[in-house]
Amino acid sequence: MSGMGVTVSIFLLTLLFSIPLGLPVSLARMSRSKLVSIIAGAYVSVMRGTPLMLQIIVIYFLPYYGFGISVTSDYRFVAVIIAFSLNYAAYFAEIYRSGIQSVPKGQYEAAQILGYSRTQTFVKIIMPQMFKRVLPSMTNEIITLVKDTSLSFAIATAEMFTMAKQIAASEASLAPLMAAGLFYYIFNLLVAHVCKKVEKHYDYYRI
Amino acid sequence: MELVRAENCRKSFDGEEILGGITLSVNEGEVVSVIGPSGSGKSTLLRCCCMLETMDGGSLSFAGKSAAKEEGGKVVYASHAELKEIRKTFGLVFQNFNLFPHYSVLKNVMEPQMIAGKSKDEAEKKALECLEKLGLSDKAKSYPCQLSGGQQQRVSIARALALEPKVLFFDEPTSALDPELTGEVLKVIRDLAAMHMTMIIVTHEMNFAREVSDRMIFMEHGVIRAEGTPDEIFGSDDERLKSFMGRLRG
Ligand SMILES: Nc1ncnc2c1ncn2[C@@H]1O[C@H](COP(=O)(O)OP(=O)(O)O)[C@@H](O)[C@H]1O
Ligand SMILES: [Mg+2]
Repeated sequence: MSGMGVTVSIFLLTLLFSIPLGLPVSLARMSRSKLVSIIAGAYVSVMRGTPLMLQIIVIYFLPYYGFGISVTSDYRFVAVIIAFSLNYAAYFAEIYRSGIQSVPKGQYEAAQILGYSRTQTFVKIIMPQMFKRVLPSMTNEIITLVKDTSLSFAIATAEMFTMAKQIAASEASLAPLMAAGLFYYIFNLLVAHVCKKVEKHYDYYRI
Repeated sequence: MELVRAENCRKSFDGEEILGGITLSVNEGEVVSVIGPSGSGKSTLLRCCCMLETMDGGSLSFAGKSAAKEEGGKVVYASHAELKEIRKTFGLVFQNFNLFPHYSVLKNVMEPQMIAGKSKDEAEKKALECLEKLGLSDKAKSYPCQLSGGQQQRVSIARALALEPKVLFFDEPTSALDPELTGEVLKVIRDLAAMHMTMIIVTHEMNFAREVSDRMIFMEHGVIRAEGTPDEIFGSDDERLKSFMGRLRG
């Protein structure tokens, strides 16, 4: 079934883009420049405060209604990835921010005394500890993402749930819907398992 | 040679004066301990000297190089590049160690040296040497969370020593330790004193301070209330000093 492939692609591509993208957003949010921090704050607030489905629709129709560019049907998938990535980057940014703020001040002070520059301190000392601290929240967010991938039916990407609905309608049976549910369930178990593994990998030290 | 000079150092937090003009001068090879009741500004003084806090008034220099000067009622710090050089002259040992938890003991001691420009091999050699000196050779591969408080504090001293500072500041190095672990850390500092390491030590361990210090400073309410040799301090008639010492013995 190609629907499974689409779901998994949305999932993986979203993670691929949003996990790194969250970092500059969180840094901008904590920036000493008021303007930068306000812009990043507004971004995060809008992304988290409006439905993802609406964001997908806006990004899908923006080229046409915003700039008069007509899009090909391939753009559907691209729009979904853009919307998911932007949306999840906002959530990850907030998670990173709380992670960074939970690293004790003493770590920055020790690094400064030992001659680390600000960038070296962040990259070598703060970021790795931040990452360990946020792993449990990241896991939660990633599991939500699995379920959110079904939202993309908003613009009818050939995604699992959509296909299941179509098939169910034509065959007048609930079996395909249940198969879709089962797929999502197993997918989630798998994701949770991988996240646990990653957390375990970081158990070699305690904070 | 005068290695540290803080002159008329002043610092306020939220409008409240914490340091009311302190002058501290430490010569090469000298061990100076700073004592005084909690809240008297000892940590703030050390933090101002190490430039973790900016002073509101006064000047600061290390080995004759000016780090901060008062100009027109404001403290002006040296340039970024100059401060980077000046920071190499001193180290600080924190009360709660502040080791990097995600690094092994060896990497904790190695990486700052590599940041300072040493090669990996040189840094490793020096780190192992320092760890051995502090009796930690068998802990090189451990992580800080696997060590006792006393061992962690010794690692943090090794980390500081590996950078070969001219002066070491200690802010209550044994206060976070269980009583039975203070001895191993005090011994390390005693050994350093015997090797004429220049040190400024904030401590509540009176017998230790008496034994290792060339000079003692008694601080109260952000000013130096008494200063002298350990014998002068322990024999002082100053009522506040006597009552402070009495309470500690008490
Ligand atoms: N960052 C800070 N902000 C506000 N007040 C502070 C800060 N650091 C220290 N103080 C205050 O300064 C006073 C002296 O603190 P400190 O230098 O830590 O004393 P000591 O080390 O002698 O116990 C205390 O009253 C403390 O509350
Ligand atoms: Mg203190």
